[in-house]
Amino acid sequence: MFKDLFHKKKYATIPSAQPRTKPDIPEGLMSKCPKCGNIQFSKEIEKNLKVCPSCGHHFRLNAWERLNMVLDEGTMVEHNAELESEDPLSFPGYAKKLEAQKESSGLRDSVVTGEGLIGGFPVVVAVMSFDFFAGSMGSVVGEKITRAIEQAHEKGLPLIIFSTSGGARMQESILSLMQMAKTSAALAKFQGEGGLYISVLTDPTTGGVTASFATLGDFNLAEPGALIGFAGRVVIEQTIRQKLPDNFQTAEFNLQHGQLDKVVHRKDLKSLLTKLLDMHSVKGDIAHGG
Amino acid sequence: MAGELPFEKPLSDLRLKIDELKKLGQESGIDFTDEISRLEQRCNQLQEELYNELSPAQKMHLARHHGRPTSLDYIGAIFTDFIELHGDRLFADDLAIVGGLAKLNGVPVTVIGHQRGKDTKDNIARFFGSPHPEGFRKALRLMQQANKFGRPIVTFIDTKGAYPGNTAEERGQSEAIARNLREMAVFGVPIICVVIGEGGSGGALALGVGNRVLMLENAIYSVISPNGAASILWKDASRADEAAAVMRITANDMVDFGIVEEIIAEPQGGAHRDLAAQSETIKEAVWRHLQQLSKFTPEQLITDRYDKFRRIGKFREPEPEDGQEQPVSEPAGTAQV
Repeated sequence: MFKDLFHKKKYATIPSAQPRTKPDIPEGLMSKCPKCGNIQFSKEIEKNLKVCPSCGHHFRLNAWERLNMVLDEGTMVEHNAELESEDPLSFPGYAKKLEAQKESSGLRDSVVTGEGLIGGFPVVVAVMSFDFFAGSMGSVVGEKITRAIEQAHEKGLPLIIFSTSGGARMQESILSLMQMAKTSAALAKFQGEGGLYISVLTDPTTGGVTASFATLGDFNLAEPGALIGFAGRVVIEQTIRQKLPDNFQTAEFNLQHGQLDKVVHRKDLKSLLTKLLDMHSVKGDIAHGG
Repeated sequence: MAGELPFEKPLSDLRLKIDELKKLGQESGIDFTDEISRLEQRCNQLQEELYNELSPAQKMHLARHHGRPTSLDYIGAIFTDFIELHGDRLFADDLAIVGGLAKLNGVPVTVIGHQRGKDTKDNIARFFGSPHPEGFRKALRLMQQANKFGRPIVTFIDTKGAYPGNTAEERGQSEAIARNLREMAVFGVPIICVVIGEGGSGGALALGVGNRVLMLENAIYSVISPNGAASILWKDASRADEAAAVMRITANDMVDFGIVEEIIAEPQGGAHRDLAAQSETIKEAVWRHLQQLSKFTPEQLITDRYDKFRRIGKFREPEPEDGQEQPVSEPAGTAQV
């Protein structure tokens, strides 16, 4: 009785007026790394060239993020920006999906092309963007890439293409397939007459883009961990009835099998490109000692 | 009728009925001549209706018919003195692609084609006509040889696509296809491609960069198999027939898009009904185009081929000056970062 007095709770439980909410963190403040699972400030990741500070995972970049990162500041001049996809087959849902993709990505198709400087060297550049229609190649991508190649050819400039693509755009059917031949034929002319083409394959590059201009570089570079392949993992697993190793079709796997010149960390990419451009701009005079 | 497709059943049922009636007439002595001629008339009419208006899906089934003639069938029937050559000099001999030297009307040419198997065992050896990188590289080697010796190149396209396998990826499936596309663009000899069955994706195109691309009436050509498209579109690969209808895969579509120069007619009911007749029409068309192309210089041939593929594609290009066409959000033409 009396004892109970001392055991009396010294606090009262007051039911919360509002249901418990999650801590109030603004959308996009934190990002979770898809590889190591670490949750970090998005700003930290941005500052680190969108590479995970914990595990080195390279996040995907859209076209303009890439351009801002690689080109000398303020030097990019975009070309053929007005090209837009049609719906040549009246393919179910295509026109609507195109509009939605334009809306969400702010792009008009999945490649941005133009001219700029890298380490002071003038280049023609084409950068694909996975955030528009999974970087798929239809008539517009094929045409813009071809024009970029032709432009590099005419002006005698090096060409650098950053690829990322889910492959050919099914909604333009055979026209998409033929863009593989069109871009490759343009490269045949350009490279056949001494043009320098550096291909940088980024995560992910698959299907018709891999099987055309992306693997035809005089130098084929890739970012760490990038998925690079022709056929999809699931299709292959169903065909061979085996589980594929985790590292299948990664940049490192491709390097190991002799399909790439180099796997380059994002922080080293610009300096490597600059070095390569430099090596092709200086003609050493061997006879007179360099 | 052997190897009949489901849509052909009404026709074969009618033929069966006619045969039964004839037999019955002979056995019983009753005169069915009127009925028989009436049925035969109906049969001819049905045949016309059936084969003159084939749907894309029906063409797809004909293109995939197990009895459809393969590259080797045509090579045997169209050319003489065929010498098959093997291997890519790098890794292996991929039997999914065959090739070699042969004579067409007495003229030496290099002939290359995808090769499906004739039976299960053959199909396994040939990976169902789906090449590995070594197949594409064998084709490239033979084409380079043709280019060196100034021989025209004839290719037959008939594949579901490049083989989707782990070893194919390891050995550079993408690069092998890409390289063919690039190299074929600059050969200074005539290249004539004939789509004889299924033209499936990059694996088909890797033999398809020609000055002239001809296509059999019921053959199909597509960026992804209708089955694959159906599984992406509707998560259901069995709806391939529906996908075939929206994908524009027929020879007529290819002519509309400027991809194919000439459609080669097939015997009624498909190429497998009459190999000899089909071979003759292919031979005639290939020879005719070859004669035209033989007047071109190597440079003209390269330009002709380049221009053909350079033109392909459909897109909108609003004039930068035209204010109405421009979106308001960003300046068109050039943009500064």
